[in-house]
Amino acid sequence: MKKLSALILAVLFLAAVCTGCKKPADPNAKGEGVMTYAEYIAAAVDAPVVIETFVQAKQSWWDNKATLYTQDQDGAYFIYNMTCSEADYAKLVPGTKIKVTGFKGEWSGEVEVAEGATFEIEEGSYIATAVDLTGLFGTDELIKHQNEFFAVKGAVVEAIGQNDAGEDVAFFYKWNNSGEDGDDLYFKVKINGQVFTFTVESYLCDKTTDVYAAVKALKVGDVIDLEGFLYWYEGANPHITKVVVK
Amino acid sequence: MKKALCLLLSVLLLVPLFSACHGSKGLKAFELPEAFDETREYTVVFWAKNDTNKTQVNIYKKAIEDFEALYPNIRVELRLYTDYGKIYNDVITNISTGTTPNVCITYPDHIATYLTGENVMVPLDALMDDPRYGLGGSEVRFDSPKRDEVITRYLDEGVIGGEHWALPFMRSTEALYVNRDYVEKLGYTLPDVVTWDFIWEVSEAALRKNDDGTYFLNGGTVMIPFIYKSSDNMMIQYLKQAGAGYSDGDGTIGIFNETTESFLYEIAEHAKSRAFSTFKISSYPGNFLNAGQCVFGIDSTAGATWMGSKAGHQDISSDKLADFEMAVLPIPQLDPDHPVMISQGPSVTIFNKPDSGEVLASWLFAQFLLTNGVQIAYAQTEGYVPVTEKARKDPAYADYLARAGEDADLHYSVKLAATKLLLENVENTFITPVFNGSASLRDAAGQLIESTAKSARRNETVDKAYMEKLFKNVNALYRLDQRGENAVGKKELGPMPASSIALLSALGAAWIGIGAYVLINIAKKKKR
Repeated sequence: MKKLSALILAVLFLAAVCTGCKKPADPNAKGEGVMTYAEYIAAAVDAPVVIETFVQAKQSWWDNKATLYTQDQDGAYFIYNMTCSEADYAKLVPGTKIKVTGFKGEWSGEVEVAEGATFEIEEGSYIATAVDLTGLFGTDELIKHQNEFFAVKGAVVEAIGQNDAGEDVAFFYKWNNSGEDGDDLYFKVKINGQVFTFTVESYLCDKTTDVYAAVKALKVGDVIDLEGFLYWYEGANPHITKVVVK
Repeated sequence: MKKALCLLLSVLLLVPLFSACHGSKGLKAFELPEAFDETREYTVVFWAKNDTNKTQVNIYKKAIEDFEALYPNIRVELRLYTDYGKIYNDVITNISTGTTPNVCITYPDHIATYLTGENVMVPLDALMDDPRYGLGGSEVRFDSPKRDEVITRYLDEGVIGGEHWALPFMRSTEALYVNRDYVEKLGYTLPDVVTWDFIWEVSEAALRKNDDGTYFLNGGTVMIPFIYKSSDNMMIQYLKQAGAGYSDGDGTIGIFNETTESFLYEIAEHAKSRAFSTFKISSYPGNFLNAGQCVFGIDSTAGATWMGSKAGHQDISSDKLADFEMAVLPIPQLDPDHPVMISQGPSVTIFNKPDSGEVLASWLFAQFLLTNGVQIAYAQTEGYVPVTEKARKDPAYADYLARAGEDADLHYSVKLAATKLLLENVENTFITPVFNGSASLRDAAGQLIESTAKSARRNETVDKAYMEKLFKNVNALYRLDQRGENAVGKKELGPMPASSIALLSALGAAWIGIGAYVLINIAKKKKR
């Protein structure tokens, strides 16, 4: 009898040990009732959506509303004005896994989880590495990477306009240079022979950040590597987070 | 004796401290100085709003340059905003620290809140009427309009509580921008003034699809027939046209009524079918109109330079622009024979300062913004109209109006049509009552439409129960039932709370006890 008991205990012990040996939970595994990225993309505008995703960057918090750039291993989700207390916003550091419940929206081409979604923080962490999209700018494939953290290499800075003295300048404060230091920065780059307008979104990267200073220091003709989020406004309108002049 | 003196001084010291506990004193009311002191240097901080329009920025800068040339002892510091809400928030923050600007572009709704602070603002009646420095005054160094040359209707929009607190700067209204080709392709004739019934009917018809699932009108996959930029204006103007409640001059809220409810059902029906959407849900009407993905867009006349595929401002790439004939009409009406539309646009207000000379310098600059040069130049940047008869009668302005369509820039036909729409309808414009809280009520008006449209699009049931809940939520969200409690600066605090009375009574009793003890001791010493 003692042997039998010892055997049962040994089996139970081994079972417990084996359970503990399991690989950590797949950060990309979806909980019950949660959409995959493909299901999210297939959902109609205004349809209810439930997603699990990982915070990559925070754009802003105001009046209990948070705007986030998030991503899982399959794709990215821009979350606009999600209901969020200031205390909870502080917890949303890059990598944090969140389950978001809301409705799908589309605003000027930007697909997003619309204003008023709710969320809960879950176990898990994931930081996306920048995917190199240099070859996709100017192609129909680019939109499939909407909102992703991306990189472009070897872009050439183009003049965005002229200053009051009629000289070419590499960046504007606001889209038409009507702003001032601290406002969004706009600049143009040539990639694959086509010119695109990129933005340093001042809520995401304010005037104290390296990228803000780097763009202000750009000169027409500079060759640069960039990183950022592939935001959309009537076409690709990336929000840039890093610029390195080659 | 020394102790008694100390006690007396202590009590005297405490009295003002207690007085200061309940409300604080503001600035002294402004008094016009005898004369403008030209030997002193003044700095006037000017917070201005532009429509992200570089030309407007340059006009402000030129106005400052011209003004400083006339008054070399006044320096004007410009700070630019592109959002009235941001100016409002910054002013509120700076009232509490005493660092308001001197001159500010603003809306009367916002001034009503600023006025809850003691002497934060400067009433303008005495300044306007001063024979030396007032409008058209003898000591003013520029060709200032006289008071009766400022359009009375616009001047009176700055009256709050019987006094003028703002000068009008520019005026605009809303216009209905229409793709006339699409309306006619659907078999309709576009009238000069459309009704709400017409716009709903045509918008539903515009959802017609081809056999392949593309839209009949554009052969594409995107069509939002009717987009309204400002949902708060949509509700406000509809209620005015219907003669229904919104608010009265005392700030009594009347928006939660049967007309509002029935209009929201109408909106729900057309939002559900996707015939109708708003800026907040879908984006700018102009972007969809210019791409041939919309039939009716309602936006400010001050946004006219973004309307039309030939407009100077575009947010979409040139390959997406559609070529069509744009009509510019008054917003939809309930009674087309008696059109009603909102009057809106920036006003100028002046903040009080301890130095009355600085305030006078501020007034002179504010007045300079009404000169013909500034008025005409700024009005030409968008579908604005000048606020003075003096500017409207200026041959340069008449020439500008006469040259509509000559080019797609200064004389852009859509912009000029929008301008003329307002010039011809000044008497049909209205403003909403201004009071502390009217800005929140405006937001609430828009929220009713946004919430209803979103719910309908998401297939929620929009019925009587929904409306009751919506009204209750919006009432609470915008604190319409607590109006005045969130006022800035000095306010009527009402009776002191019982706990405060008890605390102060206990403190008083303690001091009386201490005083009695000291006096008894003095008496005892004297006996010895």
